[in-house]
Amino acid sequence: MSTYGNLLAILWPESILEIASLAILVVDLGFMRRASSAARMSVASTLGSFGALTALLWLLMHAGSMTVMGGALVTNASVVAAQVGILILTALVLLLGVSARFTRNPGEYVALVLLATTGMLLVAASRDLLIIFVALELLSLSLYVLSAFSKHSAASSEAALKYYLFGGMSAAFMLFGFSYLYGITGTTRLTAIAASLASASLTPITLVALVLVAVGLGFKVAAVPFHIWAPDTYLGAPTPVAALIASGSKVASFAVLIAVTAALAPAWGWTETLLWMAGTSIVLGNLAALVQSSVRRILAYSAIAHAGYMLLGIAAHTLASDQAVLLYALTYALTTVGAFAVVAIVERDAGSDRLDAFAGLSARSPLLAATLMVFLLSLAGIPPLVGFWVKFQMFASVLRSPLAASWGIGMVILAIAGSAVSLYYYLQVLKRAWVAPAAVSSRLAIQPRELLLLLLIAITVILLGIFPGWLLQWIPMVG
Amino acid sequence: MLAWTIYLSFGGALLIAFFAQGRPQLARWLALLTAVGGLGLAGCAFFTQTGVTPVVDAAWIPAMGIRYTLSADGISRVLVLLTGFASVAGVLFSWNIDRRVNEFFGFYLALIGGVYGVFLSADLFLFFVFYEIAIVPKYFLIAIWGSTRREYGAMKLALYSFIGSAMVLVGLLAAYAVSGGHTLNLATLQQYPFPVSFQMWAFPLVFLGFAVLAGMWPLHTWAPTGHVAAPTAASMLLAGVVMKLGAYGCLRVAMTLFPHGLDPWGWSFLGIGSWRTLFALLAVIGILYGAAVALIQNDFKFVIGYSSVSHMGLVLLGLMTLSQIGLDGAVLQMFSHGILAGLLFATVGRIVYERTHTRDLTALSHLHLSRTLPFAAWLFVLAGMASMGLPGFSGFIAELQVLIGAWTAFPVFTIVAGVGIVVGVAYTWRAMQKAFFNEAPAHPSAAAASIPAQHAFEPITWAEKTGVILLLAASLAVGLAPRLLLDQITPAVLALPHTLLTGGRP
Repeated sequence: MSTYGNLLAILWPESILEIASLAILVVDLGFMRRASSAARMSVASTLGSFGALTALLWLLMHAGSMTVMGGALVTNASVVAAQVGILILTALVLLLGVSARFTRNPGEYVALVLLATTGMLLVAASRDLLIIFVALELLSLSLYVLSAFSKHSAASSEAALKYYLFGGMSAAFMLFGFSYLYGITGTTRLTAIAASLASASLTPITLVALVLVAVGLGFKVAAVPFHIWAPDTYLGAPTPVAALIASGSKVASFAVLIAVTAALAPAWGWTETLLWMAGTSIVLGNLAALVQSSVRRILAYSAIAHAGYMLLGIAAHTLASDQAVLLYALTYALTTVGAFAVVAIVERDAGSDRLDAFAGLSARSPLLAATLMVFLLSLAGIPPLVGFWVKFQMFASVLRSPLAASWGIGMVILAIAGSAVSLYYYLQVLKRAWVAPAAVSSRLAIQPRELLLLLLIAITVILLGIFPGWLLQWIPMVG
Repeated sequence: MLAWTIYLSFGGALLIAFFAQGRPQLARWLALLTAVGGLGLAGCAFFTQTGVTPVVDAAWIPAMGIRYTLSADGISRVLVLLTGFASVAGVLFSWNIDRRVNEFFGFYLALIGGVYGVFLSADLFLFFVFYEIAIVPKYFLIAIWGSTRREYGAMKLALYSFIGSAMVLVGLLAAYAVSGGHTLNLATLQQYPFPVSFQMWAFPLVFLGFAVLAGMWPLHTWAPTGHVAAPTAASMLLAGVVMKLGAYGCLRVAMTLFPHGLDPWGWSFLGIGSWRTLFALLAVIGILYGAAVALIQNDFKFVIGYSSVSHMGLVLLGLMTLSQIGLDGAVLQMFSHGILAGLLFATVGRIVYERTHTRDLTALSHLHLSRTLPFAAWLFVLAGMASMGLPGFSGFIAELQVLIGAWTAFPVFTIVAGVGIVVGVAYTWRAMQKAFFNEAPAHPSAAAASIPAQHAFEPITWAEKTGVILLLAASLAVGLAPRLLLDQITPAVLALPHTLLTGGRP
């Protein structure tokens, strides 16, 4: 089979998504122009999630290890795990967003979501600087447009502009860093770069290259000090888009960060840079979240803190810690999608995501309040929810890595202290939902479909927390 | 068999939370049934089993060497029995909760399930999971159904608990990593020779993390505010079993896992030459401080809240004696205080407060409660006597053993602790006098005017009577026949690492 045959084979899920996105545009713009906006949204979202699930099915049926184009694109168990996660998350975001009313162009919205997902899948699979960059740009450009999709909302435009300006700038830095790396090592393949850096001595130019790459990837995962876009984008972007940025995009970025770390860790400075980003993210994310009054911003700052925990695992850079980071990213993303869906439902009713909008949620919809409790307590790391287990596994893997001899124990203490602080702000939301009396006593309008999906996610979060062995079997340790 | 205490509680919690909505009477009876079932199982195991009994051992997370292991020794069985008593009494004293009843008992039983789990876990990961499960229900029980400054008290309690457990988690992760990451089984890890330098920092970290929940001075401040803010049943559980979780963790995890952490440092500062002496000193300060502060409180519930700090100081002092009799006494004191604190909080928070709607001792003194509410008066006399440590009740034998154990180890501290016990008599006496037996003519003060002196209080309900009888009987039985418990406790204590029984000498 030719190289192109292999290329096509490895890219089938991406191709399926592309075809689906084009099909959605055809259906929506060709046949549904006269239909109501709600009907168009349902059809487009259903088709979109159908496309994502088809890609997922293909992926599950053809799982295996493959390498094409001399190692530029790979697929193995952990890449497949990340891609499966991304596709599930996309399908969930689309299905939970069916009743969102932020756009008059549902077809374009769903098509762009699928394009962003294509970017995520590619990012997770790429092991070559150029392909990483192109895939990241495909992802980022789709997300910039999606952030601005609520065209009548000034906040949405602001969110998109901030996201775009920071994103464009950091992409430029990253490309600049990539060019230095190419100059130093003479290759764009990550494996070759690793070998070359391991034998090269430290030069200032290497350090500059590393820092520039860290800027670009730090922006994608919203790590301090490249996090400033996150709170505003989470706040202003349409809720499904914010959920996508917080979930699938994070999984893809962490997957590629693991791969890039495998290449750059031999050079002095990369681990240290990651640790600095991790430490400052944990401290700043958790402290800033304490004083927020908007639940989306709480989720944004908590996302920064979670990025800090995951960066710690990436810096440890062992097989066990890479596995732990991937698990962490996937389960964190799933939980966040659930939390954002609850925010969206409350927002639709109260018109705001302030803490007070959540008052009395347990009286207005006990099941919704229960799922919110599961999601937030999982984010806080309370057993028996999955958030506790992944934290435990990741910190244990950090302590068993070579890092433990130098920074490991201090950083783990910092991270655990940070997660102790985080309980306060998660409880602030839960206090409104469960303790405070409701301002309005009417029952909250929730569609059965939404509640069903949320319950499904919540039960998954609980079951994976009680039986984490399932996760470990699904994502074995691979190099 | 004992594993079913856990499943029963969690199952009952789910059942009540989801299927008893809007049917308060059903929720109450289901909760009572669940709690009685738990007590029945605990009692059965207590009277039929001896030695170390494995309960369950199943593979859980093979990749990390974590197993689902439950096992019970004498100490576990005693504390499981205590949990059974406290949970039944708690349900009985919450019979009058009429707001969001099914949620209340749902959280309540979830807490109970977590507590059973901690006392039975033989795997550290499992232990920690149950330990943290117990945190969240406490928060909601206090924040939703509590009284004075409930949201503040609840948040303070949750954060203190969570920070304490974060310290424990660091220690556990470190122990897991240092021992090679093969297992978290407590019995196996005890055999692992952790380096002494490692134990020297891991021990205080884990011990203090647990001691937060045990109410060790100066980390105790969550306890009085939390107890006061909590609804009666939650106060009973907090003081009765949750503080025991902390003390149990200190003994079962910190001390058995890192026994060399108790060794002398090799240098001393102001006469303090080891973590052992330092923690004993803090325990003694807690005994005296709790008693002294209880002496000047004007809120009846704060008196009991601070008395808990004082009594838990005795438990910690007992642990630090590192002798068989002291450890026996500490475990016995855990049981005794669990029962008596429950009784006192029930008297003050339910029987008196729900009728008089005040806990202010000055206001209560104008109500002539000894005549208008004689049941509460004689009950408090009995509970107070038991709490002071009068012979015949469980408190006496427990305190005696702790003090005998402490005498050989820390003579000076023992004298101070003795002073604390005397102050304990004084604050109980003062509270009793002011609340129930004030025969001075009522001053026409505002507080008195608002409640007529001859107010007819609601009669004592059957639920209250049953709860009182249950707890009093438990305390009396242990006081008269301490061997009931000691036959279980002593073999378990003797099975602890050798250095914990010989004052730290190998």
